[in-house]
Amino acid sequence: MDAARLRVAGLALAAPLLFLLFWHVSTAGRSFSLIPPPLEVGRQLWDLAFGGVWDDLYSGTLAEHAFASVSRVYGGFLLAAACALPLGMLIGRIRLVREALDPTLQLMRPIPVTAWLPLAMIVFGIGPRSAFFLVFLGAFYPILVNTIFGVRNVEGRLFEAAAMLGVSPSAVFWKVVLPASLPSIFTGLRLGLGFAWVVIVVGEMTGVQTGLGAIIMEARQLSRTEIVISGMIAIGLLGYASDALVQALGRRLLRWSPQHG
Amino acid sequence: MADIPLLSVEGVTKRFSFNGAPITALEGANLAIRKGEFVCLIGPSGCGKSTLLRMAGGFETPSEGALRMWGAPVTAPGPDRGMVFQDYGLFPWLTVAGNIGFGPAARGRPRAEVAETTRRFVEMVGLTRFAGAYPHQLSGGMKQRVAIARVLANEAELVLMDEPFGALDAMTRENLQRELLEIWARTKLTVIFVTHAIEEAILLADRIVVMSTNPGRIVADEAVALPRPRDPTSPEFNALRRHFSAMLGSHH
Repeated sequence: MDAARLRVAGLALAAPLLFLLFWHVSTAGRSFSLIPPPLEVGRQLWDLAFGGVWDDLYSGTLAEHAFASVSRVYGGFLLAAACALPLGMLIGRIRLVREALDPTLQLMRPIPVTAWLPLAMIVFGIGPRSAFFLVFLGAFYPILVNTIFGVRNVEGRLFEAAAMLGVSPSAVFWKVVLPASLPSIFTGLRLGLGFAWVVIVVGEMTGVQTGLGAIIMEARQLSRTEIVISGMIAIGLLGYASDALVQALGRRLLRWSPQHG
Repeated sequence: MADIPLLSVEGVTKRFSFNGAPITALEGANLAIRKGEFVCLIGPSGCGKSTLLRMAGGFETPSEGALRMWGAPVTAPGPDRGMVFQDYGLFPWLTVAGNIGFGPAARGRPRAEVAETTRRFVEMVGLTRFAGAYPHQLSGGMKQRVAIARVLANEAELVLMDEPFGALDAMTRENLQRELLEIWARTKLTVIFVTHAIEEAILLADRIVVMSTNPGRIVADEAVALPRPRDPTSPEFNALRRHFSAMLGSHH
């Protein structure tokens, strides 16, 4: 049991450790390297988080930037969920809504979120509102598409079972459609949150002052590559933690589903 | 009143359109089922037995003729006619207890009553230890027990069973057949049971309705006079098996 767990942990850690080693060997001690060695990035990350190393403009600001990004990611994500969930259910269930809206939404879907950036800056101005909008857009489609899929693919037999057990047509949505489509909806939420983290960096390139995307862009202009990498690491860790959170939630709510339980 | 059948099938014809061409699934079916009867519909695939059952359930409407329950036309599915599907049709997000209590809860019975009904029927089908399990954790036989219990818990007067044991292994099937007969004897249910297995029909039924194809129709309706419990190895049972086999033109 413990040996098995050790094996899993060892295998999971082997790749990043090898990568760190490769990174170290190929960058350490070379004054002309454009990429800082891992130890230097580590020191920068520490300074970014707690200060006390460089004591410059960036020292001890990590929490502030992380908080700004997290609140935009979750804000945009929650707004996207609040719009995409009901819309997806309506499109999935009501033919008229589907015929009226689905073609338009499908036409707009292939447009990459990044292509919206200039337009977003015109409409929402330079600042956090554009970032918020892009995160919203990035999370919106995965949630919408998976909700529609879930609602439309409820096994026909379950409607028959509900009808013969006395469920009234008006109660079918709450008693059958919604619970049956939860696994799909959940997949959409998880993908949407993932996209929100992808888009946040682009969104924060629009001239916002705080946020992990903002310091990455700023540090790039100052050639502080160790800050760029620190920001990347922070985003990686936060994105991972937020996905783990959503997954834990899913395992709890979808215990009944063989794919999630 | 005593003469009104629980379910009557009156001149029922059902046509489907298949790739634009009309197909007659069932033609001119007449049948009267009295309260407490256990009736098996038997016949080869395409004889309309499932179509007839689904019309009794209210899932399909006849092209001609009518089906009546206690004299009132059947127009839609309803809790008085519980259906047991071959593929179970359990709600995967509900536990065994949740599935069994689903009908009473959906019809707005008081909470305490739902709990008591659930407990009773979970016990009736011997799943008390699995009351908290989800359908994907159950074997096929257990799932079908849940499916039977949920229509019984819902006070269905007529239980419609569409080859319910067809997907189960032989041993599980025998157990469920025996349990079903026990429940039927105890609760005075009325059962219409679709099967293509002659032995199953002789074992279970008071009456066997034999159907044939092209077009689907009823060709015979015979009482099974064997005393219960029936012994499938007895000469009388074998004689009936031969009789119905000949009628179905098969070589079972």
